[in-house]
Amino acid sequence: MPLTVTLWSIGALLGVGALGIALASNAAASRVVYGLCFGLSIILFVAAVVPRSAVALTASFPLGLPWIGAHFRLDVLSAFFLAIVNLGGAAASLYAIGYGAHEKHPSRILPFFPVFLAGMNLVILADDAFAFLVAWEFMSLSSWALVMAHHHDAENRRAGVVYLLMASFGTAALLMAFGLLAGSVGGYSFADIRDATHGPSWKSGLVLALVLLGAGSKAGLVPLHIWLPLAHPAAPSHVSALMSGVMTKVAIYGFIRIVFDLLGPPEFWWSMPPLTLGAITAMLGILSATIQSDLKKLLAYSTIENIGIVFVALGLALAFKANGMALPAGLAFTAALFHVFNHSLFKSLLFFGAGAVLNATGERDIERLGGLIHFMPRTAFLFLGACVAISALPPLNGFVSEWLVFQAILLSPSLPQWSLKLLVPAVGVALALSASLCAGCFVRAFGIAFLGRARSTAAKSAQETDLWSLSAMSGLLGLCLLAGLIPSYLIDTITPAAKAFVGGHMPTQGGIPWLSIVPIAESRSSYNGLLVFLFIVFSAFFAALIVRVLGSNASRRGPAWGCGYPDPGTAAQYTGSSFAQPIRRTLGNVAFVARDHLEMPPPGDTRPARFGVEIHDRVWDGVYTPILRAVDFCAGQLDRTHFLTIQGYLGLVFATLVALLLVIAIWP
Amino acid sequence: MENLSFDVAHLLAGGLVLVSFTLLYQNRMTGLINIFTLHAIVLSLSVAWQAYSQHAPHLYLTAAIAVLFKAVIIPLSLQRIMVRLRIHRDIEVVGGVGMTMLLGICLVALSLVVMLPATAAADPLAREDLAFALSVVLLGLLMMVTRRNAISQVIGFMSLENGLILAATGAKGMPLVVEISVAFSVLIAFIVIGIFLFRIRERFDTVDIQELDRVRGGRR
Repeated sequence: MPLTVTLWSIGALLGVGALGIALASNAAASRVVYGLCFGLSIILFVAAVVPRSAVALTASFPLGLPWIGAHFRLDVLSAFFLAIVNLGGAAASLYAIGYGAHEKHPSRILPFFPVFLAGMNLVILADDAFAFLVAWEFMSLSSWALVMAHHHDAENRRAGVVYLLMASFGTAALLMAFGLLAGSVGGYSFADIRDATHGPSWKSGLVLALVLLGAGSKAGLVPLHIWLPLAHPAAPSHVSALMSGVMTKVAIYGFIRIVFDLLGPPEFWWSMPPLTLGAITAMLGILSATIQSDLKKLLAYSTIENIGIVFVALGLALAFKANGMALPAGLAFTAALFHVFNHSLFKSLLFFGAGAVLNATGERDIERLGGLIHFMPRTAFLFLGACVAISALPPLNGFVSEWLVFQAILLSPSLPQWSLKLLVPAVGVALALSASLCAGCFVRAFGIAFLGRARSTAAKSAQETDLWSLSAMSGLLGLCLLAGLIPSYLIDTITPAAKAFVGGHMPTQGGIPWLSIVPIAESRSSYNGLLVFLFIVFSAFFAALIVRVLGSNASRRGPAWGCGYPDPGTAAQYTGSSFAQPIRRTLGNVAFVARDHLEMPPPGDTRPARFGVEIHDRVWDGVYTPILRAVDFCAGQLDRTHFLTIQGYLGLVFATLVALLLVIAIWP
Repeated sequence: MENLSFDVAHLLAGGLVLVSFTLLYQNRMTGLINIFTLHAIVLSLSVAWQAYSQHAPHLYLTAAIAVLFKAVIIPLSLQRIMVRLRIHRDIEVVGGVGMTMLLGICLVALSLVVMLPATAAADPLAREDLAFALSVVLLGLLMMVTRRNAISQVIGFMSLENGLILAATGAKGMPLVVEISVAFSVLIAFIVIGIFLFRIRERFDTVDIQELDRVRGGRR
């Protein structure tokens, strides 16, 4: 029954897309379309979370390739991810009811938004390689259309091209991975792949590499992340929230589905690529975010960091599962899924906040914002809440999942392989560093954009955003707080998925008194978000009370001390780049080859002194530039074939034919 | 009787390969057309024998079509074209006859090596036929690659088509429709190429393909 409802609702979403085309010229179109999307997302969410037996539901339709058909399946993992996708979809639709009213060209967005939602839902439900790939490509292309909505901007067009290339590359990698999984027999339904005998070790390794390329390019794993900071900011903000908060999770779903489910029992070395790449991704993502001054780009880079954390947790789950350590594997897997859920909440909220700021001021550059807390107090409060959550501060939800990841890392000494014993603590250190940098990054983002004084007239004339947007953001913050205060229920929701995919799960958390969570044993570690929350509330309340009672009531207003700098202009404030400078000088040297240039004119010269920063993207220079050069070179060489004689062309055909015949003759 | 049918089919298909070899080194235009006529006649004999031994009367029709179009209409028309183009006395420079023949022998060997293991399950008659047909196709391609004159290339192409028909009739149960379409495609190709030859001649006063490349600005 839930599967039927789900499939009908997805069909209805596609219908809403068509309605978007029909209504596009109408003034009320965006409200109708987003309202319908909101309703359908809620239905889909309820269908995913409604309690049912653990048996997977299946359905198949005679669509697609005639001898395969289209299979759909709703099991514990897909239900969990469906809940995430549709929660994000519902929030984005609700936000867009208000936000979409400011859109100049709604007809470029309305048809694709519901279709994008439907595509993500279909990827998660797909139960054969063909349906999976079609849905995956459907999702990619509809989001590409949304990225290109404002294509008059040259930067957006470039983002679109890079995104399209990376998406096609990722799909090609997944296609080959499924080809290897299906083998020469060609059983493309997931059920066939699960039942098939698993190939030799090199073959599984190749599939793992291809899945890391395919799903990693969609999720934003370094060095395949380059399109995220270009494409996520280019889309309208509610779409950015979906792409960053939800679509990357669909990619993680693809990774889990293939590696944990279809690829068979893991070997210990499978865990190393996700662990290493995850740690590098987390570090590089948050360092790039820290030096970024475009608010939406900053958020996109922060998404890359969080994807790194999730991949580290998944790598740990693989390592523990390969060694038959069921409980730690369940812990790491639960941590990964919990973080996926949390990130989808607060990243959507942050993008909504950035969208509200963009609407109110027309600015994405934090160096031109400032003081917004006075003009948009509600947005500022909600954005601050999301910053606290993503910085992993208790009692919000970000802390719980990252704490669980570290609990899993602390169990790594019990792994039998020395390579993992040495690797995992190093990865843990990288994660700890990136978690602290993340806090710094969001202090900077919030502090520069919302505190201080307005740095531009646009920022000064900002207005509070509309009620629809505020209600969507408040809902998400409420969920963040709820997930932080009572994580035990969420962990128990993930338990069936962990049991099915890694064979073990955390102890049931529901019955533990005071809503604590205990990952392994009481003696080892436990966390109680509610207690921390109550402590914070009461200590803050009492501190305020004591100050109020003991302090003097007389208040005095005086000029703020200007650090001895006489110019009171807003440009004299602390800026985003000055905040980031220590990081840029210490870690940026290695990560971006960052160099500061000070050009000081000689005495007597009246030119102003200039200070410049030079930053190189190592990934772009090291990976993509050589690839582009190689493609250029090959194209140049192949260009000669445009000028052959007729005999030359015939000779090419002839030589190819003879070579193929020779292959057949020589092949055993 | 069974042996005789196999032997005759073998003889005719082998004869076709032999005539293909003769086409390879023939440098006189008139001679080339005459040998192509012989090629078509051997093909139609081979097809007719297949029709007799397979008890498939529709193959007689194919043989008749082959004789009519390839042994009568096309050679006559080519003869007319050559007379009108005043090239019927030309001698084409065919470089490296020995090398070309050696290559041709290698190609026949290759097609035998490829075909015999690949069709191990088929009956021996079809196997030999397919191997010879592939040889004829490859020799036709070789001729197209080595010749520079447009008419020799047309003939190379049509000998290639003959190889295809040999393969089609060697396999039992091939529908007649396909053969008719093949015959017509050859005829159409011939008409088109004939028209182009006149056009080219009108423009450039030659049918030497090298001249065409020079006009197009090709690199050598």
